[in-house]
Amino acid sequence: MIVLETLLLFFLIISALCTVLIHRLLSAVILFMTYSSFMSIVWVLLRSADLAITEAAVGAGITSVLFFATLRGIDALEGVDQLERK
Amino acid sequence: MNANNSFWDRVTHGQPLWDESHSVLLSGTGRPDPKPRSARRRSTRGRVRLALKLYQLFTILTGIFLMAALCAAIVQLPAFGDESAPTNNEVSQRYVEQGMVETGATNTVAGMILDYRAFDTFGESIVLFCATFCVSFLMRHSRKPDALCDKSQDKLLQITVNILFPFVALYGVYVVLNGHLSPGGGFSGGAILGAGLILLAASYGESSIAKILSPRVVTYLSVGSLSIYAALKGFSFYSGANHLNLDISKGTPGTILSAGFILPLNCCVGIIVACTVYSFFSLFAPHDSYD
Repeated sequence: MIVLETLLLFFLIISALCTVLIHRLLSAVILFMTYSSFMSIVWVLLRSADLAITEAAVGAGITSVLFFATLRGIDALEGVDQLERK
Repeated sequence: MNANNSFWDRVTHGQPLWDESHSVLLSGTGRPDPKPRSARRRSTRGRVRLALKLYQLFTILTGIFLMAALCAAIVQLPAFGDESAPTNNEVSQRYVEQGMVETGATNTVAGMILDYRAFDTFGESIVLFCATFCVSFLMRHSRKPDALCDKSQDKLLQITVNILFPFVALYGVYVVLNGHLSPGGGFSGGAILGAGLILLAASYGESSIAKILSPRVVTYLSVGSLSIYAALKGFSFYSGANHLNLDISKGTPGTILSAGFILPLNCCVGIIVACTVYSFFSLFAPHDSYD
C-alpha cells in the first residue's frame, strides 16, 4: 500500500507541474482532469469516501466540462480550428 | 429606447456616456454635446463626476473597513497547536461516540454537517447561491448566439445519452437519499445530478432542455430549497432555541427513513448544488440563435 501511495503522490506532482508548464490549453485542461482523478483515489486511501465521490464528480465531471466550454468560447480548441481552415 | 433622449436614460439603459477620448459627455442621441460650455450642462457634468468620485471613495472605504474587521477577528484566534483550542477539546470525541445515538445517522459525517453543525452547511449553500446569482447578474447581457452551434446535432451522442442519462440520474438520486447511511450526501449527489444535466444539455442543445428546465424554473428550485433549509434549521435562531415541532422521529439507524431532519436537508442541498452546476453551464455554454 505504501508503494501505491508513493506512486499516486508522484503522479499528482507530475500532473500538477505539467498543467502549469504546458503550452497547449486543451492538454492543460485534460491534465487538470487527470489531477482530479488521482486526487479522488488518494481520498479513498485516506478513508474519506465522501470526499472521493465529490472530488470525482466535481473534478472530472463539472469543472473540466466548464473549462472545455470556456475553451470553445475563446476558440482555443485546436481540433475545431483545424476543421475550420479546410 | 431613446424616446426621452436624456442623459439618465442613457445611464439606465447601459449605453456609453463618454466618447472615445473620455473627455466629452455624450448627449441622449450619442453625439458629442453641441454646446459644452453652457452652465446647465457644466453643472450636470460636475454632478456626475462628483457622484462617480464619491462612489469610488465609498467603495474603497468599505473595502478597507472589511479588511480591518477580518484582521481584527483573525488576531483573536488561538495559536496553532494550542491545547485549549476548540479543535482539541472533548467535542470531537463526543461526536464520534454519541453521534449515531443523538442524530440517528449511520454516516457520522452527515450527522455532523447536517445536524450538529447544520448552520455552517447553510452558510455553504448560501455561498453557492450567491455565486450563481452574481455570475448570472454579470453575464446577463453578454450571451451572443454562437455561429458554430448548428441545429443538426450528433446522433451518436444523442443515442448514447438516451441510454446513459437514466443511470446517471438514478445514481445521483441514490447518493442524495442515502446520505445519512453511506458516504455521499447532498453535495456529492447534487454534483452527480448536475453533471447528468450538463450531459443532457450538451447533447440535445439548450433550447430543448429549456422547455422543461428553463432558467426561471432553476431559479425557483434553488430559492425554494434554500428557503426550506433556512426554515428547518434557522428556525431555532429566531425563536429562542425552540425547534420546529414537526415530529420527524429519529427511527432506527440503518433504515432509510431515519435521522430526523437529515433526509429533507440532504434533498435540499442536492437540489441547490444541481441547480448551481447546471446554471453555470447554461450561462457559459454556447447556445444557438433561437434564444
